[in-house]
Amino acid sequence: MKMITKYVLFSIEEDTLMAGARKVKAQFEKVLSEAGLSDEIMVVETGPMGIMGKGVVILVQPDDVYYVNVTIEDAREIVNEHLLKGRPVKRLQFSGKLDQNLISFRETPQDLKNQRRIVLANSGLIDPENIDEYIAVNGYEALGKALTEHKPSEIVDMVKASGLRGRGGAGFPTGLKWSFTAPLEDKPKYIVCNADEGEPGTFKDRLIMEGDPHKLIEGMAIAAYAIGAEMGYIYIRGEYGLSISRTQKAIEDAREYGLLGKDIFGSGFNFDIEIKKGAGAYVCGEETALINSLEGGRGNPRVKPPFPGVKGLWQKPTVVNNVETLSNITSIILNGPEWYKSIGTEKSSGTKVYTILGHVNNPGLVEVEMGTPLRDIIYKYAGGVKGGRFKCALVGGAAGAFLDEEMLDVKMDYDNLGEYKAVLGSGAILVMNDSSCIVDMLRNILFFFKHESCGKCSPCRIGTTQLYAMADRIYHGEGSQEDWEKMLSVSEAMSTTALCALGQSPYLVIHTAAKYFEDEVLEHIRRGVCMSNICKMNR
Amino acid sequence: MKRKEIMKRYEAKPDNLLYILHDIQDESPYNYVTEEDMEEIADYVGLPYSKVYGTATFYSMISRKPRGKHVVRLCDSPPCHLMGSENILDVLRDLLGIELGKTSPDMLFTLEITSCLGICGVAPAMMIDETVYGNLTAKKIRKIIDDYRGGNV
Repeated sequence: MKMITKYVLFSIEEDTLMAGARKVKAQFEKVLSEAGLSDEIMVVETGPMGIMGKGVVILVQPDDVYYVNVTIEDAREIVNEHLLKGRPVKRLQFSGKLDQNLISFRETPQDLKNQRRIVLANSGLIDPENIDEYIAVNGYEALGKALTEHKPSEIVDMVKASGLRGRGGAGFPTGLKWSFTAPLEDKPKYIVCNADEGEPGTFKDRLIMEGDPHKLIEGMAIAAYAIGAEMGYIYIRGEYGLSISRTQKAIEDAREYGLLGKDIFGSGFNFDIEIKKGAGAYVCGEETALINSLEGGRGNPRVKPPFPGVKGLWQKPTVVNNVETLSNITSIILNGPEWYKSIGTEKSSGTKVYTILGHVNNPGLVEVEMGTPLRDIIYKYAGGVKGGRFKCALVGGAAGAFLDEEMLDVKMDYDNLGEYKAVLGSGAILVMNDSSCIVDMLRNILFFFKHESCGKCSPCRIGTTQLYAMADRIYHGEGSQEDWEKMLSVSEAMSTTALCALGQSPYLVIHTAAKYFEDEVLEHIRRGVCMSNICKMNR
Repeated sequence: MKRKEIMKRYEAKPDNLLYILHDIQDESPYNYVTEEDMEEIADYVGLPYSKVYGTATFYSMISRKPRGKHVVRLCDSPPCHLMGSENILDVLRDLLGIELGKTSPDMLFTLEITSCLGICGVAPAMMIDETVYGNLTAKKIRKIIDDYRGGNV
C-alpha cells in the first residue's frame, strides 16, 4: 500500500535545469526504488523556491529542510542519512535565511489569507504543469465567482477599490485603465499580457510563469470578462523557453477543463488565449511597440493618444497588463478589495515581487509588502552585501535609478521613491559593493540604451548614441567637463521630448549618478583615474 | 520545397510574419534568413518586401547573415557586466578565435552579445542556441566549448 510519509520537492526552473536538476531527480528516484522507499517517499517537481545561483535546489517535507548545490553523487547520501535515518545532511543544507515572505512550503493554502505572498503563493508549492493541483488550492474559484456572481462593471470597481497599480514599471492604476476600455462599444476588444520582460536584472515574470502559470491565465480571463474581451494574447519574449512551454500547457489544460473557450461556467462568456513569441527587442516592453510587434511588424512605439485602451491591437480597444499585475487579480476577487487595500502602503497597495542580485550573498526572488525598505530586502532576505561594503543599488533596472546608502531606509513604493527622483520600476535591485565603478556601470547602461533604441524618434536615436559616446570618453580618461555637463543636459532634454519611456529613461540613471557620485565621475575626467581600477584609461 | 512547408504551418496573414521568420531561421543550417526567404514570405503573408525586410532587421534574434551552427550569445547587461562578463568575453574571443559579431571559418560558432537573458541570479550568463549557461568562469567555458566542438551537445 502506498503511504507517503515524506516529499522530496525539486525546484524546476531555468536556473536549476541548467545545473542538471532532472538528472539529479532521476538519480533520487533510482536510489529510492533500490532502497524500497518508492511507496513512502514521493519525488515531486515544482516551481522556483526563491533560491538562486545555488545549483540544484530541493526541499524535503514535512521536515522543512532545503538542500542546495545537490549533485548526482549526493543523492545516495541524502537518502541514506536523511530519509532513512532522519539525520539531515548538514554539508548541503541551505544556510541562508528563508523568511516566510520568501516562497516556501510551510503554510497550508488555507492560511494564505493572512500572508503576504499573493502572486507567488503557489510557486514552489504546486506542480505548475498540473491543473488539478492549481484547482486544489482554490484555483479558478475566483473566475467562477466573477462570472457567476458579478457584473463586469463590478469587477472593474473591485479592482479600482483595491488600489492595484501596474507592476510593469509605470505604476498606473489597473482598475482605472480597465475603466477606460470597459464601456466602449467598439468590438472586438483584446486583453494583452505583457510578458516581454526585458528590463536588465528582472526575471520575476519568468518565475511567475514557470511557477504558477494558471494564476496568470485565470487573472487574464477575469480581466477579459471585466473589459468585454473574448480574445487574449500573452506576448512572451522568445528567450523564455520554459515559460512558453509551461504557459502553453496551462492554456491547453484549461481549455480541456472548459475554463477557457465557449460559455465558461455556463455564464455565456467566451474567452481564449494565444501565446505570441517575441524576438529580442527591449522596446517591445512598451505597450504600443508590443502591439505593433503583435501585428507582425517592427516594434516601434506609436504616438499617444490615441491610447491602446481606445485604439490598440488592429485599432481595437486593447488593455495591456503586466504578468505580475494580472497574477494579483484572483486574490482580489477571492478576498475582496478591502483586504488587498490593507496590505502595503496607502497609495501603493499589495505586495511587490523583487529580483535581487549583484553583490549579495543570496541572489533571488522575494515578494514583500509595498513599503518595505531597501535595507530589509538586502540584509534580511538577500543575506547582505558580498565582497565589500554597500556602495549603491540600481533599482528598477536600466530604466531605474541609483540609490546610495542614505536611501536604504526609504519605504519603497511608487510615490515614496518618486519623491527622491527614483522609481520602483520593474522591481530589479542590482546591489553594487565598493569595488564597482559608477562610470563603468553608466557606460554599460548607456550602451544598452543605444543598442535598444528603435530609431523612430530623433531625441532617442541621436541622444542615446551621443550619451554613450560621451560616457565612453570618460571611461577611457578622455572625457571633458563639458562632456559630463552635456550628458546631464542631453538626458534631461530627452526626458521631455522622446516618444516613449526608453528615450526618457537615461535621465534617471545619469542624474542619480550625478547626485550621489559626481566626485567619482569628475575624478575620471580631471585626473584620469578610476579608483576601482576598472575603467580602461588611455592616458 | 521546404520553405513552403514551413510557411504553411501558419495562416497567411501579416501577424504571423515573425513566427515564419523564426521558424525559417531555425531550420536553416546557417541560422539566418535569405533574401529569397523574405521575398517568398512577403508574397505569402501579403506584405510588401520592404515591410518584411524592416521587421527582419528590427529584431536581434533574426539574422540576415549566415551564422555558425552554434550561436553563442553572451549577456552584457548591467547585472552580468557587474559580475564580470567582460572578462568572460575575452575568454570567449580567445577560445573561439573570433571577434564579436563574427563567425568562425569552420562555420561552427558565431559570437554575439545579447541583452538581459533574465537569468541574472546566476550572472555572468550566456546562451548557446537554446541552452543557457550561468555562473560562468574561464574553466567552465573551456569545458562547454570543448563539448560543442567534440559534438557532445
